[in-house]
Amino acid sequence: MAEDHIAAPPRRSLSGWLLIALPYLWLLIFFLTPFLIVFKISLSQVVVAIPPYTPTFDLAEGWRSILEGLGELTVENYVWLTEDTLYWKSYISSVTIAAISTLATLVIGYPIAYGMARSPQSLRPTLLMLVILPFWTSFLIRVYAWIGILKNEGLLNQLLLMLGLIDEPLVILNTNLAVYIGIVYSYLPFLVLPLYASLERLDGSLLEAAEDLGCPPWKAFWKITVPLSLPGVIAGCFLVFIPAVGEFVIPDLLGGSETLMIGKTLWVEFFNNRDWPVSSAVAVILLMILVIPIVMFQNQQQKMSEKNA
Amino acid sequence: MTRGPTWFNITSLVLGFSFLYLPIVLLVVYSFNESRLVTVWGGFSTKWYVALLDNDQLLDAAWVTLRVAFASATIATVFGTIAALVLVRSGRFVGRSLFSGMIFAPLVMPEVILGLSLLLLFVAMDTSRGFWTVMLAHTTFAMCYVAVVVQSRLVGFDKSMEEAAEDLGCPPVKTFFLITLPIIFPGVLAGWMLAFTLSLDDLVVASFTTGPGATTLPMKIYSQVRLGITPEINAVCTILVALVTIGVIAASLVSRRQQLRREQDERAAFGADG
Repeated sequence: MAEDHIAAPPRRSLSGWLLIALPYLWLLIFFLTPFLIVFKISLSQVVVAIPPYTPTFDLAEGWRSILEGLGELTVENYVWLTEDTLYWKSYISSVTIAAISTLATLVIGYPIAYGMARSPQSLRPTLLMLVILPFWTSFLIRVYAWIGILKNEGLLNQLLLMLGLIDEPLVILNTNLAVYIGIVYSYLPFLVLPLYASLERLDGSLLEAAEDLGCPPWKAFWKITVPLSLPGVIAGCFLVFIPAVGEFVIPDLLGGSETLMIGKTLWVEFFNNRDWPVSSAVAVILLMILVIPIVMFQNQQQKMSEKNA
Repeated sequence: MTRGPTWFNITSLVLGFSFLYLPIVLLVVYSFNESRLVTVWGGFSTKWYVALLDNDQLLDAAWVTLRVAFASATIATVFGTIAALVLVRSGRFVGRSLFSGMIFAPLVMPEVILGLSLLLLFVAMDTSRGFWTVMLAHTTFAMCYVAVVVQSRLVGFDKSMEEAAEDLGCPPVKTFFLITLPIIFPGVLAGWMLAFTLSLDDLVVASFTTGPGATTLPMKIYSQVRLGITPEINAVCTILVALVTIGVIAASLVSRRQQLRREQDERAAFGADG
């Protein structure tokens, strides 16, 4: 029964505690602890060694060495991040690119979700399946597919040249436009699914009542459909925006040299420059930027699941 | 809401689904291209698929990827299902909000952060990196997806059958395997498949956490894509797309049939009562 699923159970047996402990410990070790380590290394200094940072803490060497190590931690990397314009430009441009792409995804996704919710009942499971299916196919493959389309001698330019719409090929690949297309394409199902869920629940009698009272359809849409689908819109936008800010594959494969995104900056810092402390600092700041939307998203999810329960 | 389809709705659906599917269709079509130039059609040929069979590096990577995906999906499904049970059934306990936070955060966490943090953990633990570290990393984020999928199946679950079994003296573990698991099974199966494909698909986390000798297929594809697109990659991608499509459709058919059979059984049971 739904009403007691948050309430305290009368008693918990040993196996009940064990059940909680198993996934809890796993996540503490493999999800939470790594963040603490990232934070610690972001305060360390780069050295040519294995591992390439100092100080390293070794419990075997006793507390004294750990205390000495703590004294060596500095905020130097963070100062460096503020001094070099590359980093804060990357942060700003990541957030901007993610915001523009989220908006574009919403504009494209809303009519799809709306059309699905308005389609005959018998057709809906199939349409739902069609939206989910691309989500199951590899992200990398879906991004890769666009290279062949957007290239200078690619399929889109071939088509446009053949139709006589353009005289010379458009340069789309390796520009920000290609990154927008890539993000919209890859994250579209994430937006359509929650949006469809909230549009499908929408009570049709409200729209009929509005119509009976002489409300024109577009006005009924703005006054009834849009406000009632807002939870789906918000959930969908978060699901696109948050991962898009830290996206690496799309800017790397579709973007050009002028495309600055922090996920790519972090990757280059780590794999090409081998500066672990600075890439950790980049990750910490990225996380701090994303904490606000992540917490907002979780609160919204919690509210929605409590309402549904 | 059910209303007649309008032209606007039909157009938006047709355009929307063409946008979603056209790139994949083109990728598949051009994998059968005779010409080495990917975007110039030179006639039908399956030679790129034949060439794959000789590409040992690619086959090795595919084998590593499948093993990692199978192992991590299986462990992630066990832990994720337990986590979902805890979220839905365990009520309040100390640290519940931290727990649910740790379940939901990896769903939206940028992969670069997940990958970097896990690598630094493995370095700090001084473990040698390779198959096992990639597998552990994939298990960690996949179990969160499994938990969310199974959780949605558990909410709105009719507990009366479980209560009936326990009233009749069935021990909790037996109740779980005989009653709860069969009912939530479609969710568990969907969770396993999601975990499997997420692992199959992952480039970023694997690149951070891998070591010598454990190159996964996405890493291999990525390094080749950086050099330019080739029909061979189209062929690899087509095979992956085909496998996933068949898997998803088969799973949905199985779960739909199970659902129908369950409904029939329930109707028969209630019919016998009355």
